[in-house]
Amino acid sequence: MNIYDLTIHELKEKISAGELTPGEIKKAFADRINDVEDKVKSYITVTYELAEAQLKDYENKKEKMLAGIPIAVKDNMSTDGIKTSCASKMLENYKPPYNATVVEKLNEAGAVILGKTNMDEFAMGSSTENSAFFVTHNPWNLNHAPGGSSGGSAAAVAAGECAAALGSDTGGSIRQPASYCGVVGLKPTYGMVSRYGLVAFASSLDQIGPITKDVEDSAILMNVIAGHDPQDSTSIAGKKEDYTKYLKEDVSGMKIGIPEEYFNLEFDEEVKASVLAAVEKLKEVGAEVETVHMTDASYALAAYYVIAPAEASSNLARYDGVRYGLRSEHASDVNEMFTNTRHEGFGEEVKRRIMIGTYALSSGYYDAYYLKAQKVRTLIKDDFDRIFNDFDLILTPTAPSTAIELESKSDPLEMYHTDIFTVPVNIAGVPAMSVPCGFDSSEMPIGLQLIGPHFGEGKIIQAAYTLEKLLNINEKRAEL
Amino acid sequence: MTTKYETVIGLEVHVQLNTDSKIFCGCSTEFGKEPNENTCPVCLGLPGTLPVLNKKVVDYAIMAGLALNCDIAEYSKFDRKNYFYPDLPKAYQISQFDLPIAENGEIEIETEAGLFNIGVTRVHLEEDAGKLIHEGSIDKSKGSLVDYNRTGVPLIEIVSEPDMRTPAQAKAYLTELKMIMEYLDISDCNMEEGSLRCDANVSLRPVGQEEFGIKAELKNMNSFSAVEKGLEYEVKRQQELLDEGKKVVQETRTWDESLNKTISMRGKEEAHDYRYFPEPDLVPLEIDAAWKEEMGKEIPELPREKYKRFISELGLPEYDAGVLTGDKDLAVFFEEVLSDYDDPKNLSNWMMGEFLRLLNENGQAPFESGVSPINLAKMLKMIDQDIISGKIAKKVFEKMYNSGSDPETIVEEEGLKQISDEDELENIVDGIIADNPDAVEDVQNGKDRAIGFLVGQVMKETRGKANPGLVNQMLRDKLMD
Amino acid sequence: MIDKKDVEYAAGLAHLKLDEEEKEKYTEQIGEILDYVDKLSELDTDDVVPTAYTVPMKNVLRKDEVKKSLPREKSLANAPDEKDGQFRAPKIMSD
Repeated sequence: MNIYDLTIHELKEKISAGELTPGEIKKAFADRINDVEDKVKSYITVTYELAEAQLKDYENKKEKMLAGIPIAVKDNMSTDGIKTSCASKMLENYKPPYNATVVEKLNEAGAVILGKTNMDEFAMGSSTENSAFFVTHNPWNLNHAPGGSSGGSAAAVAAGECAAALGSDTGGSIRQPASYCGVVGLKPTYGMVSRYGLVAFASSLDQIGPITKDVEDSAILMNVIAGHDPQDSTSIAGKKEDYTKYLKEDVSGMKIGIPEEYFNLEFDEEVKASVLAAVEKLKEVGAEVETVHMTDASYALAAYYVIAPAEASSNLARYDGVRYGLRSEHASDVNEMFTNTRHEGFGEEVKRRIMIGTYALSSGYYDAYYLKAQKVRTLIKDDFDRIFNDFDLILTPTAPSTAIELESKSDPLEMYHTDIFTVPVNIAGVPAMSVPCGFDSSEMPIGLQLIGPHFGEGKIIQAAYTLEKLLNINEKRAEL
Repeated sequence: MTTKYETVIGLEVHVQLNTDSKIFCGCSTEFGKEPNENTCPVCLGLPGTLPVLNKKVVDYAIMAGLALNCDIAEYSKFDRKNYFYPDLPKAYQISQFDLPIAENGEIEIETEAGLFNIGVTRVHLEEDAGKLIHEGSIDKSKGSLVDYNRTGVPLIEIVSEPDMRTPAQAKAYLTELKMIMEYLDISDCNMEEGSLRCDANVSLRPVGQEEFGIKAELKNMNSFSAVEKGLEYEVKRQQELLDEGKKVVQETRTWDESLNKTISMRGKEEAHDYRYFPEPDLVPLEIDAAWKEEMGKEIPELPREKYKRFISELGLPEYDAGVLTGDKDLAVFFEEVLSDYDDPKNLSNWMMGEFLRLLNENGQAPFESGVSPINLAKMLKMIDQDIISGKIAKKVFEKMYNSGSDPETIVEEEGLKQISDEDELENIVDGIIADNPDAVEDVQNGKDRAIGFLVGQVMKETRGKANPGLVNQMLRDKLMD
Repeated sequence: MIDKKDVEYAAGLAHLKLDEEEKEKYTEQIGEILDYVDKLSELDTDDVVPTAYTVPMKNVLRKDEVKKSLPREKSLANAPDEKDGQFRAPKIMSD
């Protein structure tokens, strides 16, 4: 195998066995980026200077969990002195004067940060086509989208342009691209990973999580990034675990619910068959699988398209051209400057969501939209709680299809529907992982989603690890 | 002023809390630093930053709520108030909308017209905005400069019921609020520095009508006198409109101190649709009985209670009680002296006379002068024990004020001790009698006032040190027998 | 049902400039999305408490301690325009 194909745990083994040095590893990944980046276009910024500085500090970090491991970070996580653009013209030249907590944690763990990855502008989108700069291509088929919004991170992992990456997930933005790119993506319980320094899209839904080549790497990366942060009031104390202790091939007696209402939705038959085949495999090794009934996922999607834009309309109001970022040159007074700056700086999807959110919060509509959506949120959360009283996990497809072709979906509502399986998870604040379960007839990867109760990351990792070993497809790589 | 209209006034008062750090970040709240020196990623609203609530801010708000006789919310939360302005870095202000920290209070105020209870609708927490400086005047400038040092300084907003009927009541209410905040020691309450700010809603209605008239919102009143003048102007303006059969327009008006009038801000403001929603970056507040009780213990005797006690228990005149409790430090000073000295009225005279005069002349607060409570008590006792005369005491006091020395040392060093020894005074008294035959004659003819003249001459001769009562007695003994 | 005036109103609040074509497009697209959202009204939520926080937490507080602020150059480093240590913006009042 090529160095760039190796996982975190494999690289760690080779370093400790003296077979590879962090310098050689960094060079192998930099060469890989050099070779394939033109085709994939995962990165908005490569950060070799930072990587070199981190490599120099390797001797002090040798014992740390990610010592010498090349990692990519989605371009909505703040990096001190390094452009953090959110793939928006608005922040094209913005360099934060501080590090996001997750970036600090990567630093402390000895990681070597290779770059900042492409995404849908401000994480609004499901294909990374909403990047203001360029489109990222799916390494399995360059005519297809990598998914989104963490498409750059998922593509970089799948293409061997980094060992692992961080993404952020507001309605499926880690899991759906992970599914499209044949990698593992975990959205942790809301509050498990600090949001400090993550440029906000929808604050009550956003979570950072790992995108990795296998489940073991996901557990390792979670050990690094999870945990309480006093700088994030919504960060949870006292629930962090050693996630690697769940890397066990054992699902016997584990109760897994299959929500009939999700499987009854109209979606790709090949995806459905692949997911159900994986379910059979789990059953064979002792998982107790039962059909369960849940609220139709379309209600969660409807609530999501009120809550997320409403919060976004407020979160994105600060881009007014006064303190940082773009300022329109065409303005005679401050209001004109605000308006022209926002006109020039935001892309179409961002504007559309700001419009929906502003409207939903405006005088006379708050109760009908925002308050109603928050109430439905309660029902959806209760629904998950009810299932988790009797079940360890819920299993669904991650996405209704494999990776869509680039420029194939122009209708916003149609695009929103690609998140139908992932959105309810964010609405309920529970953790979920997308793990590869097969390929369709065009050799595009398929992912299934394992959903756990609050703080149920361990069980998810255990089931996903078991499944990964059963299916034995995790070493298959995209050919570029 | 005609009486056919009744004035209705409600006040919205913003009070900056005097915590060390800002409400949602660790930046200092210190006033008067270089522009943007007290800023960080959080209070600059940089992308990705998050607020973390300062506990002391909540403590102070609970204290304010309790002192204003409010119900303290068991469950409270923060909301975002969304609007664009260059001094507002996130383009929303973190505030409280439907679940403020305290509600349903009232305070008693007193004006020349009597006692009134003014309802306090609510007390809520919010963050302050930055400071915007126009290059030139607001309507002619080419640009504006923004300093975010003030951004995130904690504020409480205290909203009154529309219970005030005259500008004088509004001023009294504002004064009472300021005193309460000072007694709680939770704010500097400096209107000039902006740590106390006041907006007013003013309307008029025909006497006897229940329904409120159309109100104007009055802003930019930056001093107590501006509040009173602004309200008086606004009441007159609305009255004239109504008298002419015109209508008052609901609008925001700004008080222009230089023009001495209120000016319409209509058309210069955006439509107000603040799109409040719960702040997702902060978790709710739950204030239990224990927390409330803990804060209740921090509340000292408040100005109104103290005022009443000074009258009822110490027997002070209302005027004295009002002056002494009008300044927290003055009241504290007064009571500290009283722990060593037991004539409240005599002490009050000294404090309101010499002490306040010197404090005002020097622009000092009570505890900033050289006079300590214990030394003042000592000095007053020296007067009562005839060790010094009242006149000499004024000299001693001034020296105490400037040097910080105790009165015994001053009296000793300067030889100011009162002469109460008859033998010592005998010669002087005899000399004055000899030198003033006309006055002596007057006295002997029954003109009592002439005695005063002679006493004065003795005092002059002794540079004020003679015991005037004793001199008086000696003169009477010598001249009238 | 959302109409062009609603779109113009929301655009005004959000400080977004829309040309005629965009107004038409957004009116239609947002209308469709809100139609979809209207399915929420199928659920009875009369006695339901709204959820703002999925993991219930309360009283997350910090001590009143002053921490170091950013050096002023860093605070101003991204400013599109600055003067005398302050952020400079165009004038407030329109002509």
